[in-house]
Amino acid sequence: MTDFPVEKIRADFPILQQQIRNKPLVYLDNAATTQKPNCVIDCISDFYRQDYANVHRGVHTLSVRATDQYEGARETVKDFINAQSTKEIVFVKGTTEAINLLAHSYGKSFLKPGDEILITAMEHHSNIVPWQMLCQELGTVLKVAPINLQGELIVEEFEKLITAKTRLVSVVHMSNALGTVNPVKKIIDLAHERNIPVILDGAQAIPHMPVDVQALECDFYVFSGHKLYAPTGVGVLYGKQEILEAMQPYQGGGDMIRKVTFKETEYNNLPYKFEAGTPNIADVVGLGAAIGYLTGVGMDNIARYEAELLAYATDKAKQIEGLRLIGEAHEKGAILSFVLDKVHPHDIGTMLDSLGIAVRAGHHCAMPVMDFFEIPATARASFAMYNTHQEVDVLMDGIKSLIEVFG
Amino acid sequence: MFEDLRDLYQEVIFDHNRNPRNFRVMDNADREVEGFNPLCGDRLTLYLKLDGDIITDASFQGSGCAISTASVSLMTEIVQGKTELEAEELFNQFHEMTTGKDEEINLEAIGKLAVLAGVREYPARVKCATLAWHTLDAALKNQEASISTE
Repeated sequence: MTDFPVEKIRADFPILQQQIRNKPLVYLDNAATTQKPNCVIDCISDFYRQDYANVHRGVHTLSVRATDQYEGARETVKDFINAQSTKEIVFVKGTTEAINLLAHSYGKSFLKPGDEILITAMEHHSNIVPWQMLCQELGTVLKVAPINLQGELIVEEFEKLITAKTRLVSVVHMSNALGTVNPVKKIIDLAHERNIPVILDGAQAIPHMPVDVQALECDFYVFSGHKLYAPTGVGVLYGKQEILEAMQPYQGGGDMIRKVTFKETEYNNLPYKFEAGTPNIADVVGLGAAIGYLTGVGMDNIARYEAELLAYATDKAKQIEGLRLIGEAHEKGAILSFVLDKVHPHDIGTMLDSLGIAVRAGHHCAMPVMDFFEIPATARASFAMYNTHQEVDVLMDGIKSLIEVFG
Repeated sequence: MFEDLRDLYQEVIFDHNRNPRNFRVMDNADREVEGFNPLCGDRLTLYLKLDGDIITDASFQGSGCAISTASVSLMTEIVQGKTELEAEELFNQFHEMTTGKDEEINLEAIGKLAVLAGVREYPARVKCATLAWHTLDAALKNQEASISTE
């Protein structure tokens, strides 16, 4: 896709214009977090310089301005994922908090001992541990659908694990350790045939592809801002309005109430019922700016460009003797997880860093995935819209050289 | 290429990574402790044979990066014949060398372990080098459970 304006995009990211260890930075740790464009950085700094105040409270001008921008960002998020209403957009700290909110609030509102929660074997710890904690507390049962050696969900096995007791399905849209993009529409249809709601963990998927929650018909979609070129500390919980209405609040405090007496408290409307306390105002505004930027580039264009970049990288990686790809799903996002016969991922990480290349080495908060592939860790190069074919070449040359050194 | 890394990856480290010493299960070990670095998944089992307070044999099993493998391999060599107290003192010296702010390294005390001094410049890798020694520390203190660097 030669018309993708990658150089123009790169120019918008000041951090990419530097040298690391005297080499041009090649930032390939985007699945961990993405870098921020000027418009996001400037937006936050302008907001603090000109428009900052607390939201939903004051009658004064700054508070009105801040509220307008904060609620404007909610509108932007709503349009970005095609939700029906801004009532369905709850701002949280990130994906982890969103899932904890659901485990706590949905779990306690609707689940009872013996009920089953179904996840997959490729979940991030953040879509495992909150459910385990809930199971311990509530006596619900966690079921795990297996994956195959390509790193794909075995859909038939998933279907078999849906029983009369299954009350909730929580599945990752795109795996952070493997790159696998799950057949989420199929999963949702299977669950909905039995009236089971579905949570999609969209932390990895959201920066790489268009997401339309109404087309997917998912009941919940959660993601973090910081993997979407927005600041850390802000994320989104999308939930269908009727389910959010029926759920207990997560935290109590200011903003989530309509009326408080010492006798009783009346909760606020959606989405404020789930936003207790002063929110992360400036970073929510920053999230709005990041989405504005992405909309300008076009999520379809990003998906196409990254698919091409991944195909190029995969092809090159396969030519390297002693390199084994971990995760070769047919449907895959721009993540290349790999191990080398003779070099431990941690050594790969340090070696590549000395060449200015940032990759992640470790279990990627998916220890069960590592256990399944019987490896302690992988090295992971994860791509973003600002990465280039030339950077893939630098990475592959680096890998070849370090194999030689370790020989 | 990789000139910057010469201090970290010295030839001795490559050597011990390729051919780890005392890499074996020890039957009838007096102490057996598992060390785990949850950050990177490195895992090792350390075995000690003791005669009174003298370490007569040390061996290990497990998998890890070059730094952690070389560190545990070197350690199993150097602690053999040492008393528990001497081994503890080495642990302190090693800890000082890998994490200390002090520029001077006591070469006499630390001997060939000095090849691991380079990790000082790589904070993310210090735990790779110290995992073996924390495991030894636990073994000497006769802690049964597995230990972790976190």
